Amino acid sequence: MTAPATHGSATPRQSRIAALPASVDGILVTLVLGAVILWFAPVGMGRYGTYVLSLWLVMSIAVMGLNLTLGYAGLKSLAQAAFMGLGAYATALLTGKLGMNWYAAFAISGLITFAVGLLLGFPALRVQAHYLAFVTLAFSTLIWLILRNEQWLTGGVFGLSNIPRPSVFGLKLDGALAFHRFVVVVTFILAIALWWMIRSPWGRAFMALRENPVRAASLGVDTRMYTLLAFAIGSAYAGFAGALYAPLVEFIDPSPFSLSQSFFLLLMVVAGGSGYLLGPFIGALLGVVLPEWLRVVGSLYLIVFATIVMLLLIACPQGVSGLLERGWAKLTGKNNLAKTGAR
Amino acid sequence: MAEFIAYLIAGIATGAIYALAAIGFTLVWQTSQTINFAQGEFVMLPAVLVLLAIKLFGAPIWLGALIGIAAFILIFGAGFKLAVVDPMIRHGVLPLAIATMALSIIMKEGAKDAFSAEAQNFPSFVPTETISVLGASISLQHVAIIIVAFAVIGLLQWFVGSTRLGRQMQATAQNPTVARILGIPVERMVLLTFVINAALAVVASVLISPIYLAKFSNGEVIGLFAFIAAIVGGFNQVRGALVGGLLVGIVDSLAAAYISASYRLAVPLILLVVIILLKPEGLMGRKEERRV
Repeated sequence: MTAPATHGSATPRQSRIAALPASVDGILVTLVLGAVILWFAPVGMGRYGTYVLSLWLVMSIAVMGLNLTLGYAGLKSLAQAAFMGLGAYATALLTGKLGMNWYAAFAISGLITFAVGLLLGFPALRVQAHYLAFVTLAFSTLIWLILRNEQWLTGGVFGLSNIPRPSVFGLKLDGALAFHRFVVVVTFILAIALWWMIRSPWGRAFMALRENPVRAASLGVDTRMYTLLAFAIGSAYAGFAGALYAPLVEFIDPSPFSLSQSFFLLLMVVAGGSGYLLGPFIGALLGVVLPEWLRVVGSLYLIVFATIVMLLLIACPQGVSGLLERGWAKLTGKNNLAKTGAR
Repeated sequence: MAEFIAYLIAGIATGAIYALAAIGFTLVWQTSQTINFAQGEFVMLPAVLVLLAIKLFGAPIWLGALIGIAAFILIFGAGFKLAVVDPMIRHGVLPLAIATMALSIIMKEGAKDAFSAEAQNFPSFVPTETISVLGASISLQHVAIIIVAFAVIGLLQWFVGSTRLGRQMQATAQNPTVARILGIPVERMVLLTFVINAALAVVASVLISPIYLAKFSNGEVIGLFAFIAAIVGGFNQVRGALVGGLLVGIVDSLAAAYISASYRLAVPLILLVVIILLKPEGLMGRKEERRV
């Protein structure tokens, strides 16, 4: 009886919220299954295939963070790639030049990006949510300038190389497969943390903000603190992604952290389905892995991707996850009809 | 002193360009709540289209300019409104803003792939000479930019303030519901602002491209400064966009000369943050009231 009720409700958003408690375990199961599959997936895929899979997961982390900011709290951040750059450079410098342990560098990268997120978000969110977009836009450019100009620290356009990979219990993770498995574990932990966060009262508060900020405020939600926190945590995820990106690629330069890359990350959130926990994985798949398969179209891929996202926004602003959900609702709805018909 | 005057004139000239872009940006924002993140690409593309038309059809410059400009205004004025904004605005402001980001990527990559990844010369309509005024050498191009841009902005102010059509447009921007009740064709007015936005972008593009050259990545900086100009001046004011544009242009030019050439971009960004902290409604703006 419950299925037709959710299926029949008028707007997709309502049905999403209604379906949430039921789908929560589904998400957890998907995450665990996905982690197991990805643990074994690259066997026999070769170095490059494994690298692409790892890159997909690393980008998913950054997109996950942005999904929290955009999809759950409804804020536009145009600096996710810049935050990722901050994390990547911090990790590269700390582990490569200072010889610090990767785990410490990972934590510091997250802390730095979290703190910078608070610093940026505070003045912007004092005014209006729109202003965060412009402040982060400015910040993106600033970071890019620093990465390019401060050669003594960042290596300028030549970037930083010889970034060491972390080790686990004394085991070096220099092989592509070993490091991929490490990335799978870290991604899994971060995804679970986010899953838990969304289900907690915090997550509910984030969603209340997106749906109706004024009402949330009048219900006693400290809107400024929660929006600020959502943005800072989302930024910290970019820092974590950067901390994994640096040892994965083993060479970083300013170009993957430019403003257009931040735009690209936002498009991945939307393509995957903003406000869906698994959306970022789909979005990053479309944005990172698909271009590897579509090598033929080459640099045209960006245009193709952007066009797809625009069409998707017109047809179904909930992205691929929304489409899947719609399809699933239709399917189960039909099944129910068939059952009742049989009875 | 002579040096200072030269930098000041250069700053006013680039500032006038930012003002043109910022005015279009605020107009579109006022009438349709569209935050156009492709605004910089709007200024980049007309010059590229003109050169492309010349290259493809082997047309003379005037014909190429005509084809390029007409195509741009048609596609990115009216077409943008009908094909992107209209179907998307019902989903809210956020998806639309993201769609304009997608559009900016398409425009930028499209210009790179269909045209050229290298900067190309763009014909100038004034001689590239400098004149000497009070010991300062001033580029004639800068003077021409200032004159044309201010003439265009003046014309726009006259149109908005003194013509029937312009006042209808203003009414639409201020209160679409009441405007509709008064019998103003609101939809057509919104379309008009998009066409005006595209036309302003064309003017800015034709003025700046002889100096900056036509390149696919030009939009990044111009767009950034147009946003800053719009916010610094006051998000909801055409007058504010003008003041903001000039201020950002002058600050940028002086910062490049006297502070640091490699960090010239950073100074206007700092200006932005200071304004947001101290006077978030902008220099010329009024406080917006919030409705539930």
